[in-house]
Amino acid sequence: MSTVRIPPVLRENTGGSRAVEVTGSTVTEALDDLFARHPALRDRVTEDGQLSDFINVYVNDRDVRYRDGLATAVGPDDTIILLPAMAGGSNRA
Amino acid sequence: MTDQSNTAVREVSAAEAVALAREGYRVIDVREQNEWDAGHVAGATLLPLREVPERIGEVAPDRDTPLLLHCAVGARSGRAAAYLSQLGYTNVVSLKGPLDHWKQQGGLWEEPAQLLSPGQQRRYARQVLIPEIGQEGQRRMLDAKVLLIGAGGLGSPIALYLAASGVGTIGLVDDDVVDESNLQRQVIHGVDRLGMLKVDSAELTLRGLNPETTVVKHVERLSADNVERLIAPYDVIVDGTDNFDTRYVLNDAAVKLRKPVVHGSIYRWDGQVTTFVPFEGPCYRCMYPTQPPPELAPACSVAGVLGVLPGIAGVMQANEVFKLILGVGDTLSGRLLIFDAMGTTFDEVRTWRDPACPACGDAARVAIDAESRQPAQPASVASA
Repeated sequence: MSTVRIPPVLRENTGGSRAVEVTGSTVTEALDDLFARHPALRDRVTEDGQLSDFINVYVNDRDVRYRDGLATAVGPDDTIILLPAMAGGSNRA
Repeated sequence: MTDQSNTAVREVSAAEAVALAREGYRVIDVREQNEWDAGHVAGATLLPLREVPERIGEVAPDRDTPLLLHCAVGARSGRAAAYLSQLGYTNVVSLKGPLDHWKQQGGLWEEPAQLLSPGQQRRYARQVLIPEIGQEGQRRMLDAKVLLIGAGGLGSPIALYLAASGVGTIGLVDDDVVDESNLQRQVIHGVDRLGMLKVDSAELTLRGLNPETTVVKHVERLSADNVERLIAPYDVIVDGTDNFDTRYVLNDAAVKLRKPVVHGSIYRWDGQVTTFVPFEGPCYRCMYPTQPPPELAPACSVAGVLGVLPGIAGVMQANEVFKLILGVGDTLSGRLLIFDAMGTTFDEVRTWRDPACPACGDAARVAIDAESRQPAQPASVASA
């Protein structure tokens, strides 16, 4: 099982879980398993079946954009990090 | 060196010493480096007493060279002169009496390079002791100008630590006033400041912390119209804004003007910190080419934030600022640090400069380089 780190804005779709264990040998397979376990997530981070491009995906510390995209291989001890940009800070600057 | 005080040493007064130096005696200062740094005889050679046996051969290989030794009052130089005479040096004299007399007799004197005033030496003593900082690093901090976008959650700890540590100029961009709901995390403000402009409240606190820091207040919101004017005078920009539009506007201008940006963002229990150094690492657009829809990027005012979160993220941002100013260590350029306060975990992912980035990619860089080679336009024309 590999681990998917859930960003804070999506934790309401995983029942509050910060990390979810999934199976799959590629990012696509791992995310499919994630969405099967937490169906509400799929609509929030995919468009027309594709992962939305505002979500950065890292396997361990590597951005899959600079590897094989969603076909990037995932091993059982790997961690997948989903990371949309975060805004917070001062609201009037 | 054994005690040679029973050996006859020719001691000279300051008036004699000044005359001998004019005749061509080689002046050797046997005090310590810190004494030397506080001022020394012009043209003298520093050779601390304990280093005399080891280094005299290199400093004065010819034993017939006339040598004028001095220390602070004549004790150490007397011992050194006796030792050298025993070694076979034929013409060694020792200055007797306070070194001040040398100056009073018109001897050549070199004042220290005044990097820090005595007050600054006291105030910043603990960080001046750090080898990577020292007086020179502290001077750099005193000369540095740092712009904080936002005087709120992230801006509070950043401004406090920058001012406390002696950053000379802190610019604050914020047009908001202090609200009661800010006080849980915006520790630069207080209940006596409710309703006051945040930049005014911050200035009061910072002045109390370090009157030496100049606070420049920009009571406006960062926008495409004012961004270049705001950031141009500063060395480092600290981004603690709350919305993507502002972050992209700041990013593009900072890349164009080649200003490093220290980025922090926070959400409930989570924070992200990184540093963007134009063309050396990625920029904000490389990292986040597409902004999320608003429902996936709520502001703190909507989503909430733990009080210590901006403290943790902000202090890490301040650390990045110090390294950029000092030019030491490894910044977070090319790395994004992700902090989860709930699990107390830090994750780090690598970030890459995108050669196709519209802000800092290869084509954009060519255009920016070409523009910066153009002769400067008069301000009235450039801003028209």
